[in-house]
Amino acid sequence: MASLSPRTYPPGEHPDLPPPVVSAGVLGWLRANLFSSAFSSALTIVTLWLLYLLISGIADWMVFDSVVSANSRAACRAIDSGACWAVVTTRLDQFAYGFYPADARWRPNLAFVLLFVALAPILFFRLPGRRTLLWFSGAYPFLAGWLIHGGFGLPVVETNLYGGFMLTLIIGVTGISASLPLGILLALGRQSRLIAIRLICTVFIEFARGVPLITLLFVASTMLNYFLPPGTSFDLLVRVLIMVSLFAAAYLAEAVRGGLQAIPRGQYEAAEALGLSWWATTRKITLPQGLKISIPGIVNVFVGLYKDSTLVVIIGLLDPLGIARAVLADAKWTGLATETYLFVALFFFLSCFAMSRYSLWLERCLTSGQDKDVAA
Amino acid sequence: MIEIRNLHKWFGAFHVLKDISLDVDAGERIVICGPSGSGKSTLIRCINRLEDHQRGRISVDGIELTRDVKNIERIRSEVGMVFQHFNLFPHLTVLENCTLAPIWVRGLPAAGADRLARSYLDRVRIPEQAEKYPGQLSGGQQQRVAIARALCMEPKIMLFDEPTSALDPEMIKEVLDTMIELAETGMTMLVVTHEMGFARRVADRVILMDEGEIIEQAPPAEFFANPTNERTKLFLSQILAD
Repeated sequence: MASLSPRTYPPGEHPDLPPPVVSAGVLGWLRANLFSSAFSSALTIVTLWLLYLLISGIADWMVFDSVVSANSRAACRAIDSGACWAVVTTRLDQFAYGFYPADARWRPNLAFVLLFVALAPILFFRLPGRRTLLWFSGAYPFLAGWLIHGGFGLPVVETNLYGGFMLTLIIGVTGISASLPLGILLALGRQSRLIAIRLICTVFIEFARGVPLITLLFVASTMLNYFLPPGTSFDLLVRVLIMVSLFAAAYLAEAVRGGLQAIPRGQYEAAEALGLSWWATTRKITLPQGLKISIPGIVNVFVGLYKDSTLVVIIGLLDPLGIARAVLADAKWTGLATETYLFVALFFFLSCFAMSRYSLWLERCLTSGQDKDVAA
Repeated sequence: MIEIRNLHKWFGAFHVLKDISLDVDAGERIVICGPSGSGKSTLIRCINRLEDHQRGRISVDGIELTRDVKNIERIRSEVGMVFQHFNLFPHLTVLENCTLAPIWVRGLPAAGADRLARSYLDRVRIPEQAEKYPGQLSGGQQQRVAIARALCMEPKIMLFDEPTSALDPEMIKEVLDTMIELAETGMTMLVVTHEMGFARRVADRVILMDEGEIIEQAPPAEFFANPTNERTKLFLSQILAD
């Protein structure tokens, strides 16, 4: 039996000691994770070598051996062996705007810049002067609609000329900002005590989730006119925006419902016992907590919506994939699908990655200060 | 102040409350005890309609509890409640927890609600925690915030549903002290608790419930010294074993 070694310090006088050195610092980490044994060291070195091959190959192709300006695929190949980005750079305008007239492009540009001004007070709730700016955010959809579409003094640009990333942003931003409030209402409605409201919301959610988006887009592009009174017809893009928003709202409603149901019963009881009305409880207690819980689910739906906007290519709208297809059909540029689609992918990745990082930041912000779950 | 007549309640087929009649006068302090599952929490939750009853009558301050939402809201704004698990709103600061109902139910302006909340936080002796979130406080502090939050509605009656059962032993006293001080102001209180020391010191009447019925009710001196019912004796011997 091992004997007890004598205590180093008398009771109550033990100081806080730093952790052992081996487990801390860069060296400690390297030793523990990469070079803990001869075999592990060998694996580390082989992996590093493979990574080098892979990354240097990609870098050569994408950057060092690539061609940025040329006027055909053949011209590209004559210059260097890497990626022929010229296919993208020569058509950059189309990728950005579709067939939006060149002399009016300052309008979507301005709308794009103002988009960030409008988003700032919504995304960053500690922004100084937030209240004033929110008025601008509220007016922004009308302002952007006017700028991009025209009317009231600006020449009208028909929606069939819109395309490229501009179209993606229009569908994405409209879809996201219209579906969030709608989704919240649907989620609340699905939990309503009034049977009629609950039924309508449930039927709508189940229907929209049970049908592929493509079907809805086809309905929007062809069949909707049969249902509308003769003589009324509204723009295809508007119909698509409505369908996309409704579709995303149904998914959002379920994400939000999950958050609402995760709120402990005690929160509702405390609110009831204080005499708070349904509206006050929803606004001040359940929605703030439920939405916070649903952030990952909500952003998931947003990212999905944003990427699904590429489906509109099927009903003839020229989103970036539509443009890519048109570009590749040009005899001068055939066979450059990798470059073209990589470029489009990069655009989508950057937007979606930004959304995902923002949501992580927001979650951290909302959690700080209230780390322990009180109502558990 | 509270009038309960022949109250019955069922959870599904389970008969939780059986023919309860109880009168509580203004300023009276009542402690309700009994084994778990005896219906004591359910009884006080019926008083502010967190549970509805199926038969019998409850009226609070002359207002009868019915399905009428207006009546329920009026009663709830006169009856404060403190829960076993505090049920503070974790996303709001201590101060916001306290000002929420005065602003949204009573329609007080923000500044007035603020003053009111601070005065009650002062009374439960945690004015310095006003800007913190509930998750940053100890259990005892949280429960005192919950008491202050209920008091901010300036209720005529306070209900306590096992307010110290979820607390670590060293925090029970601070909450009980707050409740004793509240009792000394003349508040009408119904307290479900197993803290018999509190019952002895504060209660005007101690009620024992078992299996949905009121078994015994008496002033504490009598209740603890000469219980008449066998089940009361059994319960007291179990709870006062140490």
